[in-house]
Amino acid sequence: MRRILSVLLENEPGALSRIVGLFSQRGYNIENLTVAPTDDETLSRLTVTTTGDNRVIEQITKQVNKLVDVLKVQDITEGEHIERELMLIKVKAESSEDRIEMKGLSDIFRAQIVDVTSSTFVIQLAGTTAKLDAFIEAIRTESEILEVSRTGVTGLSRGEKSLRS
Amino acid sequence: MMSGAEMVVRALTQIGVKHIFGYPGGAVLDIYDALFEAEGIEHLLVRHEQAAAHMADGYARATGEVGTVLVTSGPGATNTITGIATAYMDSIPMVILSGQVPTSVIGEDAFQECDMVGCSRPVVKHSFLVKKAEDIPATIAKAYHIAATGRPGPVVVDLPKDIVNPKEKHPYVFPDSVQMRSYNPNVKGHKGQIKKALQTLLEAKQPVLYIGGGAIAANCSDLITAFAERLNLPVTNTLMGLGAFPGTHKQCVGMLGMHGTYEANKTMHNSDVIFALGARFDDRVTNNVQKFCPNATILHVDIDPTSISKTVSAHVPIVGSVDQVLADMTEMLDASGDSTDAQALAAWWTQIEEWRGQNCLAYAKSDKVIKPQQVIESLYKATKGEAYVSSDVGQHQMFGALYYPFAKPRRWINSGGLGTMGFGFPAAMGVKVALPDSVSVCITGDGSIQMNIQELSTCMQYGIPVKIISLNNQALGMVRQWQDLIYGGRHSHSYMESLPDFVKLVEAYGHVGIRVSDPAELDEAMEKCFAMKDKLVFMDILVDQNEHVYPMQVKYGAMDDMLLSKPESK
Repeated sequence: MRRILSVLLENEPGALSRIVGLFSQRGYNIENLTVAPTDDETLSRLTVTTTGDNRVIEQITKQVNKLVDVLKVQDITEGEHIERELMLIKVKAESSEDRIEMKGLSDIFRAQIVDVTSSTFVIQLAGTTAKLDAFIEAIRTESEILEVSRTGVTGLSRGEKSLRS
Repeated sequence: MMSGAEMVVRALTQIGVKHIFGYPGGAVLDIYDALFEAEGIEHLLVRHEQAAAHMADGYARATGEVGTVLVTSGPGATNTITGIATAYMDSIPMVILSGQVPTSVIGEDAFQECDMVGCSRPVVKHSFLVKKAEDIPATIAKAYHIAATGRPGPVVVDLPKDIVNPKEKHPYVFPDSVQMRSYNPNVKGHKGQIKKALQTLLEAKQPVLYIGGGAIAANCSDLITAFAERLNLPVTNTLMGLGAFPGTHKQCVGMLGMHGTYEANKTMHNSDVIFALGARFDDRVTNNVQKFCPNATILHVDIDPTSISKTVSAHVPIVGSVDQVLADMTEMLDASGDSTDAQALAAWWTQIEEWRGQNCLAYAKSDKVIKPQQVIESLYKATKGEAYVSSDVGQHQMFGALYYPFAKPRRWINSGGLGTMGFGFPAAMGVKVALPDSVSVCITGDGSIQMNIQELSTCMQYGIPVKIISLNNQALGMVRQWQDLIYGGRHSHSYMESLPDFVKLVEAYGHVGIRVSDPAELDEAMEKCFAMKDKLVFMDILVDQNEHVYPMQVKYGAMDDMLLSKPESK
């Protein structure tokens, strides 16, 4: 089962490596991971997407919580939540037909073309992992993909529930 | 104003550190220089940094205080890793101060540079790389706080050479107390859960108390004993929990697990309620978890939430310190006046006594060759069961655990989790340094002792008169036992050819060696050994090479699938 864990941790050198190390040391899966400081600069918020049955997820949550640098852990997939991933994708855009086609496709997905050269587009798209995957499949039929960079999933739970120190 | 090096020493003094086990080198020379004139701290120079870590570990296990290690960067630091991992697996409070190359050259592959924080990360409770001299006192205070509280464990403090520069002076500020927003271990168990657990226990017909190392860390043996007596519960101790409940008590069914007693494993397997206190259901206890105690409701108290439901699911999990939870439970019992079902317990005890009647620790003596079990019994007699016994890892460890019933906690000191050969001797030294009036013994074998034998020199330098009881079977006994049982007797690289003459060897280091091979002379030699109070005595005892440790759980079986003696050879 796919789960998204939000982790609030001290914004200190080495804190991230403790979390990543824990995952590899105990054989847990990391599908993707994002991390950045929060509005409080002494804290970072890390979002990790992982897989496992309930028991594994419970262990992961407890193990991460046990790290001295970690303040809080929340499984945001337990309830209603918002998840987003950002993707930048560079595609070949040489003929005007292709360029029109890809512009149209981008509009359908609410993606933006953020860089244009005579032969390439860079398209930016935010959304769920599934939406990004779908866009890649769609664009592949239109043109040649030159490179893809995805941020990994970040997310928040809906409503009043919030993860704070 | 003081230098970083002075701050290190000052902070250690302020924390109350009395002993440091260490080895100097380039990156820590400034700290060693500050240590030169320090009062109230004794430093012991070891012969190998791994041993320093084991000494600090033994020191901590015997006293409950945090052990302290000081080593230089690079190899000095990496040599402690096995010792740190040993302490980590057994939850032993320890602080390792390691030197580091100057911050300006970190990452440049400088001489004796090694990323100690990175190397030690999987085996520490926490670690710090100190970047500013002003941070030294607060960081050291935090390190000791983290090491000792919650589930204890080792903490590394890496100190780059430039921040301990004696020429640069900074203000020294030691915190009044340690506050960390991200670290607040929970010691008080949930009252509702405690009540539920107690209710389940009181309704049990075939209960058992399963006690682990967490009970020793929580210093609550009296509480456990009173609780067990009040409810007439059978008690089993893990390898790490020996002595938490007296091994000499009539309600003690002995150690459980792979080499547990017949009655302990039978009691566990047939129980309807298991009350686990500070134990972690590890694989050397449970055997095959799929077949583990099929009828038991599991009540599990542990200070570390990750230990609960990790291998075996708990029906009633309680996160908290064993002493606090048991105190709450005792209070509830006082208030309600409830007790266990006396009739059911009587029947349960009748059953347990029948299992006990199996007399699983019986062995055949010989008048020609000394049996290893006999050595431990002789040791028990000579020390009146009062010694601090450190052990190495192997058959001798299991013989020690089974044939020396510990009546008190912190007397049995062994590497339970990591199973580190070479642990026993330095650990026994640490015990003796911490408690100079105690009798400190190391049970070892011809394999293990050679993994840290260089410390005989340290013992001479500081006058540390430990007693080494070496069961010399000229083989790696436990490996050989497995090869006998599982590999058709193919003894692949498990024999020790070219063993040194241990008696001559210890004599070369300036100590006393005694060799015994005649069973008739064993007790007398043992008496002689312990009569030499101020001497390190090494007993090289030649024992039966073919002896196995029994009982032994059968691989992939249930808790009570055990061999009680050597299977008939096919």
